[in-house]
Amino acid sequence: MRWPFPFGRFGRSRSRSRFAPREGGPKERDEAYYMSSSGQLMWRSFRKHKLALVGIFVLGLLYLMAIFAGFFAPYDPWQRHSGYVTAPPTTINFVNEGRLQWPFVYGADFELNLETLAREYETNRDEMYRVRLFARGAPYKALGLFPTNVHFVGVEEGGKLFIFGTDTLGRDVFSRVLQGSRISLSIGLIGVAVSFILGVTLGGISGYFGGAVDMTIQRIIEFLGQLPHIPLWMALAAAVPTTWPPVRVYFMITLVLSILGWTGLARTVRGKILQLRTEDYVMAARFAGASQFNIIRKHLLPGFGSYLIIHITLAIPEMILGETALSFIGVGLKPPVVSWGVMLQEAQNIRTVAVNPWLMLPALFVIVTVLCYNFVGDGLRDAADPHSR
Amino acid sequence: MAGYLGRRMIYMVVLLLLLSLVSFLVIQLPPGDYLNTMITRMRSLGLVVDPALIEHYQQRYGLDLPIYQQYFVWFGNLLRGDLGESFIYNEPVLNLIKERILLSAALTFGTLIVTYLIAVPIGIYSATHQYSPLDYVFTVFGFIGLAIPNFLLALILMFLAFKYFGWSVGGLFSREYIVAPWSWGKFVDLLKHLPIPLFVIGMAGTASLIRILRGSLLDELRKQYVTTARAKGVPEVRLLFKYPVRVAINPIVSHIGYLLPALVAGETLTSIVLSLPTVGPLLLEALQQQDMYLAGSLLMVLGALALIGILISDILLVIVDPRIRFEARESA
Repeated sequence: MRWPFPFGRFGRSRSRSRFAPREGGPKERDEAYYMSSSGQLMWRSFRKHKLALVGIFVLGLLYLMAIFAGFFAPYDPWQRHSGYVTAPPTTINFVNEGRLQWPFVYGADFELNLETLAREYETNRDEMYRVRLFARGAPYKALGLFPTNVHFVGVEEGGKLFIFGTDTLGRDVFSRVLQGSRISLSIGLIGVAVSFILGVTLGGISGYFGGAVDMTIQRIIEFLGQLPHIPLWMALAAAVPTTWPPVRVYFMITLVLSILGWTGLARTVRGKILQLRTEDYVMAARFAGASQFNIIRKHLLPGFGSYLIIHITLAIPEMILGETALSFIGVGLKPPVVSWGVMLQEAQNIRTVAVNPWLMLPALFVIVTVLCYNFVGDGLRDAADPHSR
Repeated sequence: MAGYLGRRMIYMVVLLLLLSLVSFLVIQLPPGDYLNTMITRMRSLGLVVDPALIEHYQQRYGLDLPIYQQYFVWFGNLLRGDLGESFIYNEPVLNLIKERILLSAALTFGTLIVTYLIAVPIGIYSATHQYSPLDYVFTVFGFIGLAIPNFLLALILMFLAFKYFGWSVGGLFSREYIVAPWSWGKFVDLLKHLPIPLFVIGMAGTASLIRILRGSLLDELRKQYVTTARAKGVPEVRLLFKYPVRVAINPIVSHIGYLLPALVAGETLTSIVLSLPTVGPLLLEALQQQDMYLAGSLLMVLGALALIGILISDILLVIVDPRIRFEARESA
């Protein structure tokens, strides 16, 4: 009766996406094609999905920046630059007096417009500061281990380089976006890891044992899947005591997100196990005397491993969005922790944002991340079943 | 058929019971019970705590009983329409939430209907004009629609409207109508404010529906009976609407059960961002102030709103799909 959607909350269509070009005609199906392993075939068709490749590349870049956030950020994300409150993004110039030269920034003067009470920044063309690569700046710990003060970019003493401007407390938005990406990008991974364990265990039990156990677990999954996630997440997240240290809050929020997140995965696992259990080759393996463990490892896992990966790829952005939404409305992570959602709290005041539009930039990062994960998931889905073409 | 619907109703009741259990758990989540919170709050406001009042609440919620009995007391009250007392507003929860529930439900179902009205024609068009320029446009819209979460969309729209048109988008009523009783003027005013919330809440759902309908209709159009009918000279439009569309519509009808929870969640968040006078902002406030009877009731309402989706899709499926009707008749 109920159409079992394999993926995601909005049940993406099962038909192949149109962004994937069809596998080439007979010309391409030479001997090498028939000799290649499943993995090679999957890579072949994944590679043709251009958007998925772009997605992988951008995500790789984002995660790299998140890991080395301290290095790529010009400033300490919590440092308040007094005198530079809500400064607009600094322009990097290449041309001075008609001549091309090493990139530099101009100095900035600001004054308070007494009529509008807005801060107005003016470029001071008399001051010039050269952009430095591998500049010395605020001390930080690379990877949380090695104390250093080398930053990827910086400017000469006296100048300021606010790539994305500063926020209402004068903190560098770009450095904060990078710092925030550590939380926002990792919460999806950890959350999915937790739901993965829950989903695979319960889905596996459900599919393997069948009967009353299966029935109960399926009803629970159906029930949890039918609840509106956001309100329930809000209720659970709001119950996390405000006095807890940030790390504990972080893990609690992750846990809250995964409590409802495992159901889709469990459904996929169960469906696949039910389907694969009756396959001839599994039967053959059993008759040939393969042990249970070997059957699961060598025959069942490769059968639905790719589906798990697709599912995970599509579940991560949902978690990221969950965290952003919760932090944004104020029941998730709270300052001084920096995440994209926490940063967007400032964007709630629409008048502030209208004057300082760069405060919306974290939203762009959220959207790009989610979009990239969706592209990769789409590409993987097309590649998952390479033999079908 | 009556038997089939009856079974689905019973299933619904079971789900609602489970939901009440979840809501009750949420009420119990914060440390300390209702009385403690209330007494601390009254003391902090410098009020004298009346022992008779405490006695009254203890009686009403059965707070001295073990926890599972408290659930039954709470559930009994619920059935009698007593949702408890909100201490941030000092009012019975039911009075507080009545109008907001109506607005939330209206907004959610309004979005649901608009979503289908938009998605079905586009889905059919996209499938019959596969790889046409417009089809590409809709596909791109689909990707973006699924990737931009509605609270960010609301934020971006508010920003654009304020920055370029000087409008402050938000709320469901103009200032003069906020407290006014319902009238024709207020209704018209509401209609004027609706498009933005509808768009924000409905976008992701519309995008997903288009993709599903397009996919299932494409699968259907490739089948041989379509070719046969075409070869026999059935006019293209009649052919399309008589068979493939009717089959392809099934998945999106059963999709209501999945769509509605997402819409309810989207509505909650969007209302908070756009400060609409619906359940969302009140829920947030209740949770932040730990006004748990209010929060629990609101959660129950939102959950019920989402669960109804199953029932609706079941009923619609019976109407749309003769196979279910026959199956039900045979088994009856």
